[in-house]
Amino acid sequence: MPVVIQCRNLRKTYDGKVEAVCGLNLEIQAGECFGLLGPNGAGKTTTIEILEGLLEPTSGEVTILGQTWKSHSRELREKIGISLQETRLSEKLTVRETVELFGSFYREPRRPSEVLDALQLGEKADAWVGKLSGGQRQRLAVATALVGSPRVLFLDEPTTGLDPQSRRQLWDIIRAFQKTGGTVLLTTHYMDEAERLCDRLAIVDHGQVIAEGSPAELIARLGGHHVVEFSLAGDLHGKPETWQSLPGVDSVRNDDGLVSLSVREPHRTIPALLDAVDKQSAQLEHLTTRQASLEDVFVRLTGRHLREE
Amino acid sequence: MTVAQQTPSQANAVQPAVRRNGRWSGFRHILDVRLRELWREPEVIFWVFGFPILLALGLGIAFRDKPADIIPVAIVSGPKSQNAVSMIQRAPGGSSIHADVLDEPAALHGFRLGKYDLVIKSDNQGGYMYRYDPARPASVFARARVDDSLQAAAGRKDLFPTSAVASSEPGSRYIDFLIPGLLGMNLMNAAMWGIGFALVDMRQRKLLKRFVATPMRRSDFLLALLSSRLVLMLVEVGLLLGFGVLAFHMRILGSPWTILLIGAIGAVSFGGLGLLTASRAQKIESASGLMNLVMMPMWIFSGVFFSGERFPAMVQPFIKALPLTALNDALRASILEGASLASQSGRILIMVLWGGISFALAMRWFRWT
Repeated sequence: MPVVIQCRNLRKTYDGKVEAVCGLNLEIQAGECFGLLGPNGAGKTTTIEILEGLLEPTSGEVTILGQTWKSHSRELREKIGISLQETRLSEKLTVRETVELFGSFYREPRRPSEVLDALQLGEKADAWVGKLSGGQRQRLAVATALVGSPRVLFLDEPTTGLDPQSRRQLWDIIRAFQKTGGTVLLTTHYMDEAERLCDRLAIVDHGQVIAEGSPAELIARLGGHHVVEFSLAGDLHGKPETWQSLPGVDSVRNDDGLVSLSVREPHRTIPALLDAVDKQSAQLEHLTTRQASLEDVFVRLTGRHLREE
Repeated sequence: MTVAQQTPSQANAVQPAVRRNGRWSGFRHILDVRLRELWREPEVIFWVFGFPILLALGLGIAFRDKPADIIPVAIVSGPKSQNAVSMIQRAPGGSSIHADVLDEPAALHGFRLGKYDLVIKSDNQGGYMYRYDPARPASVFARARVDDSLQAAAGRKDLFPTSAVASSEPGSRYIDFLIPGLLGMNLMNAAMWGIGFALVDMRQRKLLKRFVATPMRRSDFLLALLSSRLVLMLVEVGLLLGFGVLAFHMRILGSPWTILLIGAIGAVSFGGLGLLTASRAQKIESASGLMNLVMMPMWIFSGVFFSGERFPAMVQPFIKALPLTALNDALRASILEGASLASQSGRILIMVLWGGISFALAMRWFRWT
């Protein structure tokens, strides 16, 4: 599969001090939906804006569809569609006028009406942008990116602040674009979004990629695919070694008294866990088991939760 | 815009799959959208079109040339006050004097407030005493006229005959001076705000950044913004001059093309200045402070409401070099005196320099993100 987006040793330093991106490498293949997942301030937006040619990197190389921003800026702009994290489109234009305006910048745009229908904005075509709901505005932002019939779509936090239904609608739109052969790069700090939507992910923290792969691979790399969480009555939480030595346990984490075990086979670990609790004459206050998620991957890699800070 | 490029083999296709945009499609759409947005903003319509007309109306009425014939005077009531009234009524020019008879405090109060230009009081020796204010031209004039009338009524004869021809023509009144000045000021305000404010607003909303993320030509965008100013300029010039002609019987001597061309050069020049002022500001607040700073000296010095010639000779070169002075002077010369475009080339050069240098600097410093 041809590589569509590639960057090597990307660095961006603001005012000579703050390192927003430090040595980031990515390779995104044609037809992929690739996600940059990370907490706020991890450098996701800086990275995507460098890839979009809107920011100059301090150092490093970027190629999009085999071309660089320096040599083929205008050609690249014809081939990519962008939705920024926060753009307030003109409130006193109608939805159709807005899409027509953006379409007018491209040599061979799609029909505005066709784009609006595809994004379920057909009924709102003559409404002023100022009257749209949050979800409709976000779909319009994506419509302005799709009207140029791009081959690559860049979306910076496309669903932040949207209600669950609007988020699902956007996911469907992104999947539909992918079905036509398009490549998508998006940033998000939502685990479920990354897990359901992205073919591959890079987890970004402090301006670096700390893990990369498909969601399933990343979770598998944790060792266990399941998480057993429990807490003991009183402020007891036992010694980590006790839990580590239980059968099938890959790793142990303690979050303020809530102990999480990464396990491969819960049906073997849980009876042993109950025995061990009995032996310490402690009492279980809470016990659950669930599938491991990307959140667990992030916590394991950084020691922090994604939505902290 | 929607003409599809089809190869002959595809000519029978039901619907062209692709539409091709021409070179100027982006420019036309930006211009179109700018004008639509302005039209949908009632405040903008008022400030750009309504306000200057209201200002012209208000100032035109306040400073209208009053018919000079009625002179209001107060006569202090006393034994000889009725005598004075009848003498004034008898006198040849007496019909232009309006005399009220009142007690002294009321007469003096009226005089202080400017209701009367002169107070007449018997001096108890068979004559009259005039109270007037030498600093008030109307008061000085009233004293001379009333004295003339009283003396004539008392029998004074002119020593030799004189005659006079009345001559009061449109073109030399305050409103004639004011309207071109208002027009110049309005072109400046609208260009600075219309371009500067719009740009900073779009930058703040990240819309500029969104635009440069498309293949849009940046020069087309700025060109479209300037062009929207030119379209509005046409309306502004037409409205304000039309209003002057209809409401104040203003006479426009210059050719409409000369006036419009001067207006266009002014609008584009201030558009460049607006672009420069807004080239880096991230917030409306900082931009509007800067814009007021740029415009304030011109409101005062450039001869909008009164002639800039009133300032000391020392600062005249500075005043003449301001773009609004050049625009106002050129508009006045053309509108009021019918001056040709060539005779205004010096002033036009000043505007072109301001606009051109601002534009060049703005291009170097302009921040799209």
